[in-house]
Amino acid sequence: MNIIVLSVIVLGVIGLFSGLILFFIAQKFKVYEDPKIDEVEAVLPAANCGGCGYAGCRNFAEACVKAENLDSLNCPVGGNKTMQKVAVILGKTVEAKDPQIAVIRCNGTPEFRKRTNIYDGATTCAMESALYGGHTDCQYGCLGHGDCVVVCKFDAIEMDPVTMLPVVNDKCTACGACVKACPKNIIELRPKGKKDRRIFVSCVNKDKGGTAKKSCQVACIGCKACFNVCKYDAITIDNFLAYIDPHKCKLCRACVTVCPTNAIWELNFPPRKIKEESETNKEAAVADENKNKNDETLQ
Amino acid sequence: MDNLIISQSPHLHAKDSVKKLMYAVIIALLPSLVLSIYFYGIGAIVVTAFAVISAVAFEWLIVKYLLKKEPSIWDGSAIITGLLLAFNVPSNLPIWIIIIGALVAIGIGKMSFGGLGQNPFNPALVGRVFLLISFPVQMTSWPLPIKSRLINWHFFPSDPKALIDGYTGATSLGIMKEGLKNQEVASSIMEKIPSHMQMFYGEMGGSLGEISALLLILGGLYMIYRKVISWHIPVSTIVTVLLFSGVLWLINPQTNADPLFHLLTGGLMLGAIFMATDYATSPMSNKGKLIFGAGIGILTMLIRVWGAYPEGVSFAILIMNAFVPLINKGFKPKLFGAKKSK
Amino acid sequence: MLKTFPKGGVHPPENKLSADKPTKILGIPEEVAIPLQQHLGAPNKVIVDKKNKVKVGQKIVEASGFVSANVHSSVSGTVTKIDEIIDASGYKKPAVFIKVEGDEWEESIDRSKDIIKDIKLSGEEIIKKAAEMGIVGLGGATFPTHVKLSVPKGSKCEFLIINGVECEPYLTSDHRLMLENADELIIGTQILMKALNVNKAFIGVENNKQDAIEHLNNIVKKYTNDIEIVPLKVQYPQGGEKQLIKAVTGREVPSGGLPIHAGVVVQNVGTTFAVYEAIQKNKPLIERIATITGKSVKEPGNYWFRIGTPVNMIIEAAGGLPEDTGKVISGGPMMGKALNSLDAPMTKGTSGILIMQIQESKRGNIMPCIRCTKCVNVCPQGLEPYLLMNIAEKQIWEMAEKEHNMDCIECGSCSFICPSDRPLLDYIRFGKQKVAAMIRARSSK
Repeated sequence: MNIIVLSVIVLGVIGLFSGLILFFIAQKFKVYEDPKIDEVEAVLPAANCGGCGYAGCRNFAEACVKAENLDSLNCPVGGNKTMQKVAVILGKTVEAKDPQIAVIRCNGTPEFRKRTNIYDGATTCAMESALYGGHTDCQYGCLGHGDCVVVCKFDAIEMDPVTMLPVVNDKCTACGACVKACPKNIIELRPKGKKDRRIFVSCVNKDKGGTAKKSCQVACIGCKACFNVCKYDAITIDNFLAYIDPHKCKLCRACVTVCPTNAIWELNFPPRKIKEESETNKEAAVADENKNKNDETLQ
Repeated sequence: MDNLIISQSPHLHAKDSVKKLMYAVIIALLPSLVLSIYFYGIGAIVVTAFAVISAVAFEWLIVKYLLKKEPSIWDGSAIITGLLLAFNVPSNLPIWIIIIGALVAIGIGKMSFGGLGQNPFNPALVGRVFLLISFPVQMTSWPLPIKSRLINWHFFPSDPKALIDGYTGATSLGIMKEGLKNQEVASSIMEKIPSHMQMFYGEMGGSLGEISALLLILGGLYMIYRKVISWHIPVSTIVTVLLFSGVLWLINPQTNADPLFHLLTGGLMLGAIFMATDYATSPMSNKGKLIFGAGIGILTMLIRVWGAYPEGVSFAILIMNAFVPLINKGFKPKLFGAKKSK
Repeated sequence: MLKTFPKGGVHPPENKLSADKPTKILGIPEEVAIPLQQHLGAPNKVIVDKKNKVKVGQKIVEASGFVSANVHSSVSGTVTKIDEIIDASGYKKPAVFIKVEGDEWEESIDRSKDIIKDIKLSGEEIIKKAAEMGIVGLGGATFPTHVKLSVPKGSKCEFLIINGVECEPYLTSDHRLMLENADELIIGTQILMKALNVNKAFIGVENNKQDAIEHLNNIVKKYTNDIEIVPLKVQYPQGGEKQLIKAVTGREVPSGGLPIHAGVVVQNVGTTFAVYEAIQKNKPLIERIATITGKSVKEPGNYWFRIGTPVNMIIEAAGGLPEDTGKVISGGPMMGKALNSLDAPMTKGTSGILIMQIQESKRGNIMPCIRCTKCVNVCPQGLEPYLLMNIAEKQIWEMAEKEHNMDCIECGSCSFICPSDRPLLDYIRFGKQKVAAMIRARSSK
């Protein structure tokens, strides 16, 4: 009995003593942190994706608390809602930003873009790109090893086994991880657009028209057809490559039909009226069908 | 013409493969197995066969149904684990115990860390130590070697119990440890155990595969010749044990066994040549390998002389396995053109 | 005991199929594509235009900086276009296309076979002339020779080493050069010695070229006692600059340093010959020897070719592309680059074209690392390839730099030996690119 009492007392004293030591040390080395950081962190998505440009959500929260205004800070994953909450906590205002989504600017499927050699090495795009131009004659196009799929934390991008091209789905939060991972700079973040409707040039080939066409049948050849038809000055052509400015584009779809190589894509549009189809040539109709098919895969 | 293949240099590859390396180890182990069958009879075959088959089977099952990958059991690594496990147990071990050992070795020792090349501890030794602690009685009753055992083996002996129990005894190390504890003189204990020559070629009691230093060394030389292992770990382990026991013996030959005794008994040769040199669990640089071997030697001797167990090679190797990441960090190969330290 | 480097190395099968085939002259193609940049360093600018007539030896591309080299026309004819072509790098690079008309040489070039022994120019003039003639290292790295010869202030060059090791399997172009042009080689060595102001030179030759060693020993006696032929153990990468210096002089190039920091300059035998021709014969670097070889090639051989000749042509000369071709490699099998187009032009750096059979050109399945330490043991630079690959897979570039991945000489011994067929060098090379970019970004800040 005596032993039990004694051991309880001894252990109790040791415990109390250690507790005191811990308490004083904790007091002495306490680091002051703004409690607002915790509050801000709590409303963030906690994905730690790095899309905001900071290493993780906590770093972003710290930056928000420190920053004078929130204009240059944005959490692409949480979007406007989250930023609004952050602004409320910090007593600041924040402008609403257009939600964005990643688009793949390459449509060179094996059918249109012939393989000209066999790559036999480590299967990452970064490695293949470091070695040489790629396994097709187009040195700008998708390599198809899916580095973008690996880095995506939201399961928003996956490889289509038939087209060998990545496909972005609705889960995309525009964190930009895939944009950074792609060694060919094919992926671009563009505004989601009204009703998710988007028009963009699905090619980044900067070769001269003839060379581009030879290496890939659906490459942008810089023919200026879209440039001439656009009423809103939304299209620029640089290095034999067209680019559609999403802020100027009014989604009229005029450029889509004139593109001779079907390099301009429209997403999430309703099918064209039959009347319209009869006016355009057959080729465009076929192209349209293809595009709608692609739309389906996208959804 | 088909499309050309593109890959980075080098475009040549040596003919080595994991399979070839593993089968070279198996070949190096075979002579000891044959001798063990000669001395211990059918029991040795049964234990080895069950160890190998269950090790391979467990690996296949785990890869197929737990990891859901394509099993690649024929790379030989599971066979080696099974063989080494069998080599580390007595030849009369009940079959259910050896199967448990194989499960622990493959399941806990290897696959739980991610399989081939990922395990920090030698899987066979994990299995062996698990069995030693769980089933101390069965794991320490060693049959004595009898030359005619295989020839006079009866599948249906009139008294099967006599055949097993009648011939078991302690190992030389056990006898030595017991004797020294009872204040006996080392030289008088030596008379109770096999001579050095017998130990060298393997006529002594012990685990299935550890008995013949001669055949184990031959296997080791074969592996070094085939460039499967480098000489660093075995040599440094053996030299350390020689030095350590030599010093003790010179201080007092009455209470300490001679260095040769330490070298030839127990699992030292098996451990130094086959277990410590396991790829995944040994250091990468040559300097690190020497340190690793020396550590095994010192720990083995500490356990043998002052520890509770008569034999300490398995524990020594497992303890040093834990130090491997540290050794890898601390002892890098010499960088070409590195500035000399100031 | 033959000299060699202290640690690591492998011994791939030598397969020197064309060692006893005397060099032939490959004809002039109908059109050449001469890449603007055939050296390591700053990009160049073109000084000819479309429809210009050029002669053999006329300068068509001018160096734009110190670490840069001129390029001369290797044929006479008309410039048709300046366009891009896929070269050995696998990327499209700008090149000057010339349609061949006749074979008209610049008058200043001495085309006779006479051997000129007198070295009239001073050291500085030699370096200037080497730069003018567009000489680059012909061992494969194509570093401009005049840069190597200009010893920076504060360092002193004590030895010159001529690299006749040719440790790459299959290749025999240096071997043939040493046998057939030994006199020119020795004079070239003397020119280089004068330029560097050194009085001791070594010619390192691997011991599998006994005939070359004997021949050079006989020839060198006629000229000088200052040049020593050093037979070296047959071990890859004996011809690596740092390994060669260690083997011959016992000196170690400091980590991250250049050979000159150990007081040594290394030049390839091909370069030495080109220097001889440039200085004594006024001939710019417009042709060189390449080996065409491979197990299925009908007639392996060694050819003098004009810079810019398409790869196809040398393959035709060797009996055409074999049926079972899997890979065509520019250079040797250990460090060469796989070509993806047979129209690619052969350049100053092309030491050989190797055609590999389909069964030997496929890589094995990648198995997990079993940590067998073979890569660590064969690395001549004392690195840990398995670790560097791990780091590169995880993309921790700061750590890669700390583990000295920039010290890798890309000899490929680790990938060659790996029993698990792991692409160690692929990852290390990738890491080197990333770390180099990181270092550049840091220093530009």
